[in-house]
Amino acid sequence: MKIPYYPGCTLNTVSKGFDLSARASARSVGFEMEELAQWNCCGATFPLSPDNLIALSAPAKVLANARKGGEELTTLCSVCYNVLKRTNAVMKGDKEKRSVINGFINEEYDGSLSIIHYLEILRDKVGFDKVKAAVKKPLTGLKTGAYYGCMLLRPFEDRGIDDSERPVIFEDMLKAVGAEPVEFPNKIECCGAHLAMSNTGLVTKLSGNVMTSAADNGAEIIVTSCPLCQYNLEQSQTALASATGDYKPMPIIYFTQLLGLALGQPVETLGFEKNVWDAMPLLKKKGLA
Amino acid sequence: MKIRLSGADIDGPRVKHIERVTGEDLKHCYQCGKCSAGCPVSYLMEVPPSRVMRLLQLGRVDDVEAANTMWVCVGCVQCYARCPKGCSVASVLEGMRQIQLRKGTGPTLIKDIPIPFLRKAPQQALVCGFRKFVG
Amino acid sequence: MPRIGVFVCQCGNNIAATVDTKKVAEEMLKLPGVVYTCDYKFMCSSPGQEMLKQTIKDNKLDSIIVAACSPHMHEKTFRKAGEAAGLNPYRVEITNIREQCSWVHHDKTRAVGTVKSTDLTRMTLERLKRNQPLNKIKIPIKKRALVIGGGIAGIQAALDIAEGGIEVVLVEREPSIGGNMARLSETFPTMDCSQCILTPKMVEAELNENIKLYTYSEVEKVDGYIGNFTVQIRKKARYVDEDRCTGCGECIEKCPFNAESKFELGLAKRKIIYTPFPQSVPNIPVIDAPNCPKIQKDKCGACAVVCGPKCIDFKQEDKIVTEEFGAIIVATGYDLMPNERFGEYGYGRIKDVINGMQFERLASSSGPTGGEIRRPSDGKVPQSIVFIQCVGSRDEQKGVSYCSKVCCMYTAKHTMLYNHKVHGGKSYVFYMDIRCAGKRYEEFVRRAIEHDGAMYLRGRVSRVYEKDGRIIVQGADTLSNSQVEIEADMVVMATALVSRPGADSLAQKLGIGYDKYKFYNEYHPKLRPVETVTAGIFLAGTCMGPMDIPDSVAQGSATASKVLALFSANEMTREPITALVNKVTCNACWDCVTACPYSAIERDAVKNRQGEVVRLLAKVNEGVCQGCGVCVAACRSKSIDLKGYTDEQVFAALAAF
Repeated sequence: MKIPYYPGCTLNTVSKGFDLSARASARSVGFEMEELAQWNCCGATFPLSPDNLIALSAPAKVLANARKGGEELTTLCSVCYNVLKRTNAVMKGDKEKRSVINGFINEEYDGSLSIIHYLEILRDKVGFDKVKAAVKKPLTGLKTGAYYGCMLLRPFEDRGIDDSERPVIFEDMLKAVGAEPVEFPNKIECCGAHLAMSNTGLVTKLSGNVMTSAADNGAEIIVTSCPLCQYNLEQSQTALASATGDYKPMPIIYFTQLLGLALGQPVETLGFEKNVWDAMPLLKKKGLA
Repeated sequence: MKIRLSGADIDGPRVKHIERVTGEDLKHCYQCGKCSAGCPVSYLMEVPPSRVMRLLQLGRVDDVEAANTMWVCVGCVQCYARCPKGCSVASVLEGMRQIQLRKGTGPTLIKDIPIPFLRKAPQQALVCGFRKFVG
Repeated sequence: MPRIGVFVCQCGNNIAATVDTKKVAEEMLKLPGVVYTCDYKFMCSSPGQEMLKQTIKDNKLDSIIVAACSPHMHEKTFRKAGEAAGLNPYRVEITNIREQCSWVHHDKTRAVGTVKSTDLTRMTLERLKRNQPLNKIKIPIKKRALVIGGGIAGIQAALDIAEGGIEVVLVEREPSIGGNMARLSETFPTMDCSQCILTPKMVEAELNENIKLYTYSEVEKVDGYIGNFTVQIRKKARYVDEDRCTGCGECIEKCPFNAESKFELGLAKRKIIYTPFPQSVPNIPVIDAPNCPKIQKDKCGACAVVCGPKCIDFKQEDKIVTEEFGAIIVATGYDLMPNERFGEYGYGRIKDVINGMQFERLASSSGPTGGEIRRPSDGKVPQSIVFIQCVGSRDEQKGVSYCSKVCCMYTAKHTMLYNHKVHGGKSYVFYMDIRCAGKRYEEFVRRAIEHDGAMYLRGRVSRVYEKDGRIIVQGADTLSNSQVEIEADMVVMATALVSRPGADSLAQKLGIGYDKYKFYNEYHPKLRPVETVTAGIFLAGTCMGPMDIPDSVAQGSATASKVLALFSANEMTREPITALVNKVTCNACWDCVTACPYSAIERDAVKNRQGEVVRLLAKVNEGVCQGCGVCVAACRSKSIDLKGYTDEQVFAALAAF
């Protein structure tokens, strides 16, 4: 099974570990991620004002290119997923906008692509039972908090990856690889996103809330699907650690890194060295690395 | 606070402009407050989300523009996801931001971005931030 | 030559604003057969009717047209007036120049409206010229009533009808009558105990000689028409012989197995052989067959062993009984919207997030906690409770757009009950508007706030989640313009009232209408609030939409008075607009039989003197026929006509356009 793949800007650079571990894991469970021959940045935000068509042209171009090579497109980054999926809905459902955007990007794209997140491939195409069967190193006893953030889920079920208020897809994946998912209320609360650029204090607060919520519920490690969430959560821990003596920072990694580990990929290929808060001591303690 | 209401403000061109840019019908909001209740940054806003809708219903565009609200909104769309009336305050605020940015009156923060952030942050943060704040 | 009169109504300005009624009258007078025309300000007024009668007599008119409003409004009025002046009432025809003309045109020069009114009236004229005098059909009435639904509305209807000396059959889906009201603790605004005021009525219904109860039964099929309904009722297998059971309860006591109690809404278990609640009427248990090991696997059978009168019958099967009725009252009640739809409130995940009806059970002295407010998770007494109103109501995104009407009041009641039962307990209520328009309702809510310490917060709740064993409620108070966070021990959601599952299929069986929420439609929301468009079928209570107990009871009584009025005559008259088969040309293809939605056409035979069948043909049952005309369209040999609307008449009218 080959599935066309859109990495997006961040996975091609600072979050290379996310990309590499995902590709390797895909091969272990029987599919191949085929990077689009040509792609551009999706714009990293879906324009909320409907008259802002220019902001839809970049993601529409990605979609138009992808459609030439197949009927599906997968991606890893939550933001890319959200932008592509919502843009696709506009291209499919809004004739007028479609024609303006197509005219602008010089394409004839009709919204017929189906955008699937990597997690959805694992759930719907591979099946978590098959993932489970492929596990070489079960992550037994690893108390893992799955942080969804906003963009995988909102605004609604039919555009998101799962039930937007009660998502379970991450936890189901974690169970499949033998880890112990930890429920925490802030798993669906915002990390502060791009305000990292302009309002560090606010992001520290929001991401800090996420981290304390996870820690309070017993998480030892956090997995996410979004480089910006990952960055914000990591940054917030610096402040948390200095503000309160009893807060112990934990590693925040991409879910594919954990998946890769469970599927038996060498730990040094998973890109853990990029993390601010090193995962290795924990993994070693648990006998996983 | 005392405000003087007039039909010219309530149904005025500025409100209509906001409705056109944002694609939202402000009258739909019945002020239940669920957006303000759930908004992760509501406590930092000078005018919380549900009050934005109310002030705009009253034609008080200036009051909303003067507040920090639109520059604090993260765009997580929790307001819209849970709104029983299907209103998106996030869209209203983004539209109002757009109106500012298109006039060139909004904040352009590039020079204020801390250098360490530029070195470490994921690209998407910059792309997204520029979209929201630079226009 | 016919002598036809045409009366054009101005309806004040309703018609005259866009139609030159005088001109219409003048135009009509030019047509052959028309000997008199006039226009008049209000034809439906008493002087108008008098003028009509006098004119008919003075001019020896043999038929008339009144060009006025919709025939739904005043056809009866004018036909009566015509009849008083000696005309066959069906020689009085209405042209609708208001709803179908003046109201839909805005041309103040009156050009369009006048031409269209003239056209419409001319068409009626051609139809009228070809019409036959008709006579009202008389049908006998079966003086028995069926009430579907044994909640408070249905019980009230049944009691009132029985009081009038009429026999009633009360059908209830559950093993006991009582409905939702049986679950309630106290009732607003008087705070009297629901059971205490309901159970006497339940017992009365059981003991009344004129009332026959069919509990654990459902309506299977409905045939017939007003005065003459034939209804099949499925009596679901109870596995207990109702005639011999003494209600001693020995079987329930000895039953070793449990299942979740539907009546207690998951807050308690009940036995596999059970009555829903202690005061059930009838006090005859049923066996929950899917969960019974004896029925499923032939193991156990303890109940049969201990039963003195030997009335347990594991082989019992559903039984269909057929009964005849002259009228039907539908009082099937409401349900609560599934709470799981609101993931942000954590229902289903957080044990101590419950709905209002579950709170009723906690507060009820016959409930699972004996009336003590104890939370489901650990049985502790909650020290603070957050009540969330409008969960699903007034929510067009995930719920319903309407207001559920009773929640404001019962939530206020809940805070009072809580305050009375748990001293020092704090209640918070998130509301959007407080809707308490009823006698002593406003005072009731103020009492909750001013005397019973309920903290009312104007705003909705965005999210409910757990933290360190407590429930965190994240809401807003729009009056203080702030976000509000409350640590609560329990959350009670006032969930929207919705129609019963299967409400639509029952409506289809009965041939009555329902709205997009599957609430049944009344004939007219103001003036015929308990009737349906199907004659002889009436509505009471929350099957029509959310309402409180007083309204439901009032409607129950209203339907009873409708039924008693209907039954006060020995026979009914009805409109003679029915289908008529041409016996000569009918070739018995039976297309009409298939097409008829009312099963009003029978397969009949013509026999010779020796009693041998000579030929077959279709025959219309005038009592059942509703005059819809489907058979006329279906008939391939053009052998069916609709009286008053024969093909000849209709084509003549069209040709006149």
